[in-house]
Amino acid sequence: MSDNAESPTETPKEESQPPPDDTSTNDEKKKIDVLLKAVGDTPIMKTKKWAVERGRTILSLSQFISRFLKIEGSEQLFIYVNQSFAPSPDQEVGTLFDCFGSDNKLVLHYCKSQAWG
Amino acid sequence: MADDKDVLRDVWFGRIPTCFLLNQDEVTEREAEPYYLLLPRVSYLTLVTDKVKKHFHKVIRTDDAEEMWFEYEGTPLKWHYPIGVLFDLHASNTVLPWSITVHFKNFPERDLLHCPSHSVIEAHFMSSIKEADALKHKSQVVNDMQKKDHKQLWMGLQNDKFDQFWAMNRKLMEYPTEDGGFRFIPFRIYQHSLHTFIATFLLCFVPVSAVCSYCSDTRSLSSPTLSDRPFIQKQFRPVSPEGHVHTLGDLLKEVYPVALPNEGGPKRFQVVIHGIEPLLETPLQWLSEHLSHPDSFLHICVIPVPSD
Repeated sequence: MSDNAESPTETPKEESQPPPDDTSTNDEKKKIDVLLKAVGDTPIMKTKKWAVERGRTILSLSQFISRFLKIEGSEQLFIYVNQSFAPSPDQEVGTLFDCFGSDNKLVLHYCKSQAWG
Repeated sequence: MADDKDVLRDVWFGRIPTCFLLNQDEVTEREAEPYYLLLPRVSYLTLVTDKVKKHFHKVIRTDDAEEMWFEYEGTPLKWHYPIGVLFDLHASNTVLPWSITVHFKNFPERDLLHCPSHSVIEAHFMSSIKEADALKHKSQVVNDMQKKDHKQLWMGLQNDKFDQFWAMNRKLMEYPTEDGGFRFIPFRIYQHSLHTFIATFLLCFVPVSAVCSYCSDTRSLSSPTLSDRPFIQKQFRPVSPEGHVHTLGDLLKEVYPVALPNEGGPKRFQVVIHGIEPLLETPLQWLSEHLSHPDSFLHICVIPVPSD
């Protein structure tokens, strides 16, 4: 369940990024925009918007956030969709984007303690 | 809906006769007898196997015993999928009882989620219900419920209390009559494990060059321990904009056309829900209300037709 955990491939997405040209690879096209928002006293990430591969799992994303924020391994990180439910760790972000994305991006909230339900 | 209440009962009380066998590599102090159970299709493996654990703990050195996990013919069984889904996906067309191997060592981290307690199952179950309601009612119904109502859904499942569960669950199944159904149908389509899948294509149906278009997910191909492809879940409405009622066939045509028979060609796949093959003409809204699992999702397994 920890595929890709050691090699984060997200790329920060600046709002002012130039429009994609014809040379963009297939791999790029398979990425979706994910907006990461902190809840409560969980540290925020300076870069909020990331281009993430569709096949990336919630587990591997949460490992990436933990590493990025230098959250200790023993601490849990909860990820929420729609500020209501915590998707299963093996769910793929691409699927969540298809079902719950809006304005061409998927908004995920992350939290060090259980925030909803 | 009231007319079809028997269907809800039949779905709830579906059982699979199962034989649990201890993995041969476990060190035992004496021979481990198999353990037999009737598993509820709508429940979860780790929720109904406390007795199995107790049974095998008697013969293994408990200091050696790590977290219990299950395997069927080399495939680790995901506890967070409903039992009926695991059976239909991996073991339909098998001889009963279903023979599951029990392990207490070498937990397959890549394939399975840990399940240290029943509260983990509860969290997963409630989260599925919330996710489904986000699709069905923009979360309005589940958010209007109180904590004790959520608890009633969980306790109903945990204690196998049909009436307790459905007294609350029926609220999750309501919709305004003028809408003709939910906003979107919460469904998940599972495909048979990749290797059999490719083999089936290679051996029987399509030229080699076409395989990649079906299995474009090369990531799964390169990691042989990943036993399943991820499920398919998308937005799909029960009724078309023109007011045409969507059927199971319409859904498959839209999101997984490979599952449907080619015109005139042989039937390649079975589309299975709760161990049966519903007619492709069945309205999806009806299926969602009656054949969904307690987690509110309609779990659909697409498996190759047995080769003999």
